[in-house]
Amino acid sequence: MIEYALTFALGCYALALLLNLWRIAVGPDAADRILALDTMVINLIALVVLYGVWHSTAIYFEAAMLIAMVGFVSTVAYCRFLLRGDIIE
Amino acid sequence: MGLGGTLLLLIAVMPFAGALLPGLMIRAGRNVCAISTAVPTFLALTMLVVLAPSVMQGDVVQAQIEWLPQLGLSASFFLDGLGLLFAGMILGVGLLITLYARFYLSGEDPMGQFYTYLLLFQGAMLGIVLSDNILLLLIFWELTSLSSFLLIGFWKHLPEGRQGARMALAVTGAGGLAMIGGMLILGNIVGSYNLTDILAAGDQIRASEWYLPALILILLGAFTKSAQFPFHFWLPHAMAAPTPVSAYLHSATMVKAGVFLLARMWPALAGTDAWFYIVSTTGLVTMVLGALIALFKDDLKALLAFSTVSHLGLLTMLLGFGTQAAAVAAVFHVINHLTFKAALFMTAGIVDHETHTRDIKRLGGLRHLMPITFLIGTAAALSMAGIPLFNGFLSKELMLEEASHTDWFGSAYAVPVMATIGALLSVAYSLRFISHVFLGPVRDDYPHKPHDPPFGMWAAPALLVAMVVIIGVAPFLAEGIVTAAANAVTGADLHPHLKIWHGFTPALWMSVIAVAGGIVLLLLHKPLDKLWIAAPRPEAKAIFDRLIAGLVSASRAITEIGHNGAISRYLAIFTASSVALGWVAYSSGGLSAPTRELLPVSPVIFVGWVMLIVATLSVVTMHHHRFRALVLIGIIGLSISAGFAYLSAPDLALTQISVETVTIMLLLLALHFMPKITPKESSAGLKLRDGVIALGAGGGVAALAYAFLLRDIETISDYHLANSYEGGGGTNVVNVILVDFRGYDTFGEIIVLGIAGLVIYAVMHALLDGPAARRLKNTDYSHDRSRDRHPMMMVVATRVMMPIAIVVGAYIFLRGHNQPGGGFVAGLVIAIALLMQYMASGFAWTQERQRMEYHTMIGLGVVIAGLTGVGSWLFGRPFLTSDFTYIHLPPIEEFEVATAMLFDLGVFLTVLGGVMLMLYSLSRIARFAGETVNVDPMDYDPADRITDEEER
Repeated sequence: MIEYALTFALGCYALALLLNLWRIAVGPDAADRILALDTMVINLIALVVLYGVWHSTAIYFEAAMLIAMVGFVSTVAYCRFLLRGDIIE
Repeated sequence: MGLGGTLLLLIAVMPFAGALLPGLMIRAGRNVCAISTAVPTFLALTMLVVLAPSVMQGDVVQAQIEWLPQLGLSASFFLDGLGLLFAGMILGVGLLITLYARFYLSGEDPMGQFYTYLLLFQGAMLGIVLSDNILLLLIFWELTSLSSFLLIGFWKHLPEGRQGARMALAVTGAGGLAMIGGMLILGNIVGSYNLTDILAAGDQIRASEWYLPALILILLGAFTKSAQFPFHFWLPHAMAAPTPVSAYLHSATMVKAGVFLLARMWPALAGTDAWFYIVSTTGLVTMVLGALIALFKDDLKALLAFSTVSHLGLLTMLLGFGTQAAAVAAVFHVINHLTFKAALFMTAGIVDHETHTRDIKRLGGLRHLMPITFLIGTAAALSMAGIPLFNGFLSKELMLEEASHTDWFGSAYAVPVMATIGALLSVAYSLRFISHVFLGPVRDDYPHKPHDPPFGMWAAPALLVAMVVIIGVAPFLAEGIVTAAANAVTGADLHPHLKIWHGFTPALWMSVIAVAGGIVLLLLHKPLDKLWIAAPRPEAKAIFDRLIAGLVSASRAITEIGHNGAISRYLAIFTASSVALGWVAYSSGGLSAPTRELLPVSPVIFVGWVMLIVATLSVVTMHHHRFRALVLIGIIGLSISAGFAYLSAPDLALTQISVETVTIMLLLLALHFMPKITPKESSAGLKLRDGVIALGAGGGVAALAYAFLLRDIETISDYHLANSYEGGGGTNVVNVILVDFRGYDTFGEIIVLGIAGLVIYAVMHALLDGPAARRLKNTDYSHDRSRDRHPMMMVVATRVMMPIAIVVGAYIFLRGHNQPGGGFVAGLVIAIALLMQYMASGFAWTQERQRMEYHTMIGLGVVIAGLTGVGSWLFGRPFLTSDFTYIHLPPIEEFEVATAMLFDLGVFLTVLGGVMLMLYSLSRIARFAGETVNVDPMDYDPADRITDEEER
């Protein structure tokens, strides 16, 4: 049963990634792109977790945690760049 | 190696060790400085005297220390008769020059520097004459070029000095390069770089088909050094040096190095037609030409310089004859030329020092004003002219004697006639030196009222002149050393008898003609001089300058083709040649058939692939919009890091995403001060070229990866997998490779990373001092910006994240040896945790709380990693051998401690320091541009809130 759930979930997130990609490529706004990239990181984390579940190993969970920890920093940097220009004032 | 060998090594080392003294001792005064220079020389000379008796009897003292035996390079020295003669000259004249220079140099000249250079040069010269290994000899040879460059250019404020030094270095350096080639060929023929072996293998060398190239290359080295035609032009320009330098380098030592080399290589190279015609003809031409030019030079030192060129030609010619008697004459003339020419240079220096001019046309009549100098100068010049009862006469007779029965291309007269002309000109310029400087009426228009110098200044030339006369009157006194040296040159057992009267030989008549003709020429000097000045003649310096300018513009043209400053061109050249090499390798047909099947592609992986492709294409189309391109690059980084996770390398995934984050921040920091849009610069053709190259390279890499993945190939990974736990004590193979198997590479890499951080810091520092600073100062910051400078939400979030991130970093670091992680990732994670604080609360606030300098962190990291490596030496193991053990400290469970962890700590610190320093450097720009800094952690701090009640 879990296989079906995993397949379904993987399909959804993969589709989500493609939609993120669409948004980044098309824009139209810089904010749209940043937001889409941030969502892409989140979707990717989900994929990594799902992959770990698929192989029943904990190591990917940890990797997902770490990606989550540092993944948002670049989003913040992009945003600061847009808002203030200088990211370290 | 007996006592003799030890002494020999000490002699060779003494000047170099002594070179440390004068620079320090100058603080104690000029006399102490001079004495501290003389002491090592004197000690070396004493040791040489101790060794002399046995060497004179034909013994050879040897000393050897293996240096790089794999290359055939050993620090081996030997002392035979020839070496003894030259070493004695170098040290003896060195002492006299030290004395003379003490009085010659003025108070403004940096004397400590001068004596240091002098001793360095002396050491290099001694090295040449004592080396028993031609590679070692080459090293010393180059050292003489370098140290003489320093000496010739000693008066840095004079353009002539600098140009002369440069010219001397260019010519002798080029010759030295040629000689390296020749010596290597020689070593290859014989199969040994040991001079003793080479000298013993003369027949083998002369029979080899490589003999002629080796001979020409070595002769190029010797001729440039000894200023033989057509390389003679550098020597007169080197006369811009202080006179002690000219007297030392250009009479006794450096220019004789070429002659020494000819003499040294005589047993190995001499005796063939090629040797005879090349060497003796060059010598003959140089002798006559040098003497001719010397006659018409008005500068005293230039006259002496060309006379030296002429006498060096004489020596070269004698060695070129290849007969044993000629070798004896050459050795004898080396001694004689040294004595009279060094004395003459010093005399010229005294005249210059006292009258403030060296122009012969402004001198004359000095015999009354400077009687002692007159006496010294006259005796030395008469010896140079070859007048009986002075030593120059003896060796000149021997030379003429040899010349008189030398056949040159079937002509019995060519050499004797030319030699007589050379001698005649020599008489003429020598007598001119005497008569135009010292004789004639006393003048009243000297630039400075001359008188004899203090004793210290004329003592050295007087001693040399005493030798001139003693040898001239009693030549048998020099027989011992001449015999020893000549035997060393020829390898035979000779017993020459040096005497004044040989009877009415052809040589005597040639001498008589020379003296008579010389006097006539002197009398005719005035009209001849007018003729000479009117006659067109090539100006060597102009030719040399044009040649150098031509070489420079040629190299510049070549450089600018490949190195024009456009990175697109470098990348195109580099990429296209890589692709071409790959194609060559592929088309050689060594590719085996694939052994693996393609795996099925899952839909998720397909999505990842689409992401990569789309993002890459988007970067290509949108790269003019820089910010957009940065966001797109983010997708690529993410996809790669996901790929790493999927291909079971979670630690690589983590590293990738951390590096990605840091890179994005660096680029954003820089982008703030750059145009946001890249202008369109490439033409359509250029775009097409770049597109083709890019597709070729990308396709090539893809094909390569595809080919590898379809084949089972044995890789080094198997070894690493098998040995990681056993050998490195870790189950995380990646980490064990980094800190153990490839620890040395990692050590190099962290050093590079640290240097990169420091360089960015330094470059930024320089940039902010330069013209860019003015532009930055005028940056307009009034444009539309958010008022949220340090939003409270972000500040609080990053503060909360900080301890978590640090614990995670520590955890990743500690477990790195066995599970995904390690110092590199940990450094990046902590760097990101710190960077978040910088972003949230601003630079000033954060920096105030950051106690440790990032520079220190880099240094500490490299030192810790290095010390870990060095530590294994203490246990007699090679650098960076790692070890591990298990420790049980209650209440913690038993855990493993590996030295690799210490090394990893070094990696961690360097990465952290390097990354932080880079971001710190880039973020300085903004503040330099007039940005204000804040001291509060956030825009609105709830803690400072004033309640309504308080307000009331």
